[in-house]
Amino acid sequence: MSKPKNLFEKVWESHAVRTLPNGQTQLLVGTHLIHEVTSPQAFGMLRDLGLPVKMPERTYATVDHIVPTDTHAEPFEDPLADEMIRELRKNCEAYGITLFDLPGGQQGIVHMVGPEQGITQPGTTVACGDSHTSTHGAFGAVAFGIGTSQVRDVLATQTLAMTKLKVRRIEVDGELCPGVFAKDVILHIIRLLGVKGGLGYAYEYGGEVFDRMSMEERMTVCNMSIEGGARCGYVNPDETTFAYLNGRPYAPSSEAWDEAVERWRAIASDPGCTYDDVVRIQARDIAPTVTWGINPGQAIFINERVPTVEGSAPGEREAVAEALEHMKLTPGTPIRGTRVDVAFLGSCTNARLSDFTEVARYLEGHRVDPRVKAIAVPGSQLVKAACEERGIDQVFRKAGFEWREAGCSMCLAMNPDKLIGDQLCASSSNRNFKGRQGSPTGRTVLMSPVMVAAAAVTGEISDARTVFGVRGVEA
Amino acid sequence: MNTLQPIKTVTGRAVFLPGNDIDTDRIIPARFLKCVTFDGLGEHLFRDERFTEEGTPKQHPLNEPRYLGATILLSGSNFGCGSSREHAPQALYRYGIRAIVTISVAEIFFGNSTTLGLPCVQASAGEIHRLARLVESDPTLKLTLDLEALTISFGDDSISVELPEDARKAFVTGRWDPIADLLEGTAETEVTAANLPYLSG
Repeated sequence: MSKPKNLFEKVWESHAVRTLPNGQTQLLVGTHLIHEVTSPQAFGMLRDLGLPVKMPERTYATVDHIVPTDTHAEPFEDPLADEMIRELRKNCEAYGITLFDLPGGQQGIVHMVGPEQGITQPGTTVACGDSHTSTHGAFGAVAFGIGTSQVRDVLATQTLAMTKLKVRRIEVDGELCPGVFAKDVILHIIRLLGVKGGLGYAYEYGGEVFDRMSMEERMTVCNMSIEGGARCGYVNPDETTFAYLNGRPYAPSSEAWDEAVERWRAIASDPGCTYDDVVRIQARDIAPTVTWGINPGQAIFINERVPTVEGSAPGEREAVAEALEHMKLTPGTPIRGTRVDVAFLGSCTNARLSDFTEVARYLEGHRVDPRVKAIAVPGSQLVKAACEERGIDQVFRKAGFEWREAGCSMCLAMNPDKLIGDQLCASSSNRNFKGRQGSPTGRTVLMSPVMVAAAAVTGEISDARTVFGVRGVEA
Repeated sequence: MNTLQPIKTVTGRAVFLPGNDIDTDRIIPARFLKCVTFDGLGEHLFRDERFTEEGTPKQHPLNEPRYLGATILLSGSNFGCGSSREHAPQALYRYGIRAIVTISVAEIFFGNSTTLGLPCVQASAGEIHRLARLVESDPTLKLTLDLEALTISFGDDSISVELPEDARKAFVTGRWDPIADLLEGTAETEVTAANLPYLSG
């Protein structure tokens, strides 16, 4: 009987090609995803070196960051955006890379497209020039973001020079309270462990809460691993994983399916395996969480007060002061009741079918506060179509949300969806960095989709459990 | 095809950028990522921290004439967190930064910088603040980062710094861009791929 191993070790070992002269590992990248922002320079470097793409059939492309969401009609108004999509098409065409393009109906945020197509699979390595590649870890893949020179490396060699990560298991046991969502769980984890707590680690999420989660919820959690400093995060594959993948276009079929499931079961962390660190959290201790500052770790429960400089740890005071100044929040006052100008429901963190379905359940019969600009941006064309088939878009439209085309949109504002001046945005995205949503003085408050809806209808940061009367919760 | 030169030392004047968790959106805002080359990114480095929306310079260390020409950047912890955009180290490099000294650095940023030949070394908060004070009182002070000895020397004083051994070795042996080494592993890569059912099927 060999020594029990965790999933990360098993995947690492099966993909390790050799040890490089400097001691790093040459790691095989099974699945490579690309998009228009971080790939053009990589193709340029490849051309400069006169190298071909090693395994074009293992790279998949889509266009997401720069696409406008009011209309996908081309040419785009922004000539720079238009140049980028044309460059991506040219490169995919030249090197024989599959592109999920706008006219095909399967375009979307790259981290939505991989899972939807069944390209993202357990026991694989996934790399993409985007830090939220950690999302794919929800399937029990070792998935991480890379830079553009590394995109070149993968295109040219299908491998990367990597240093092995340590593994921290984060266990959340018990049952989440009503009105507490996957987003709250990950915001709470980042708050507890800090934005640099995960440096050097892969996070393994385990325990009853993650066992019960749907694939879409697991994706929300894994997506934000990088916000906690962990380059990748994963959940061990189980029946939920297999049920999600079964029948997807790129998933194995017929006999190959059974063999694959057998392999996927075996890739999960072995009972009795060891970790470099273990953190345990009780589900009942987690409440709806919102950020108050300028990094995702600066978060509090909805019923808490905005921190004060004096009340913060001595080493934190400068950071707290800087965050308070940017956010223009009054220290020591409840975060609840803060005026909201924009409500953004979208991004690779929370723009899947289940996010819109959940919000629609509550939104029915409510109206967006007239002072709020509310936009709902499906993460992919398939999500948009599924919502429209179910009439979910109508719930959003009737409530006063703008119902948009698929893309990254106001998560990072590389398209026309931007905050103006110091607008405050209740956002289901993943980063509240200064200037992140397109205005240097814009302010972002991260929260779950249902909390975004509550902020939209009340015009202020609110406890969704109260606004929507979630049963089992006392206001 | 390895044409890289070893990087054993970086000598230059320094500039201190106070603060922790300085993210890549601050280093290079997303709107400057709308490009198909990295050319010209240096001028947008820390754009929104250094200039108002109208383009008026703000108070910022990189706007102070006395730090012009500094090639070594000193800062706090978790530097370069957030987005994986290589545009961030590209902007720093094109601006003229040749070494980064921080308490800690985000991983993707570290890897991206290493591949460009831009070493990111770690020092204690106390030592960084000491260097910052020295540089502030004498901006012409020359620091020398020695990647073989893992020290930063200045005048007749020095401090020790840390850098993971694999990265250190990559710099001093001129293999910081791994592409040549990766290409040499092509045959072994094919063997590894053949053993993985999802790649060989």
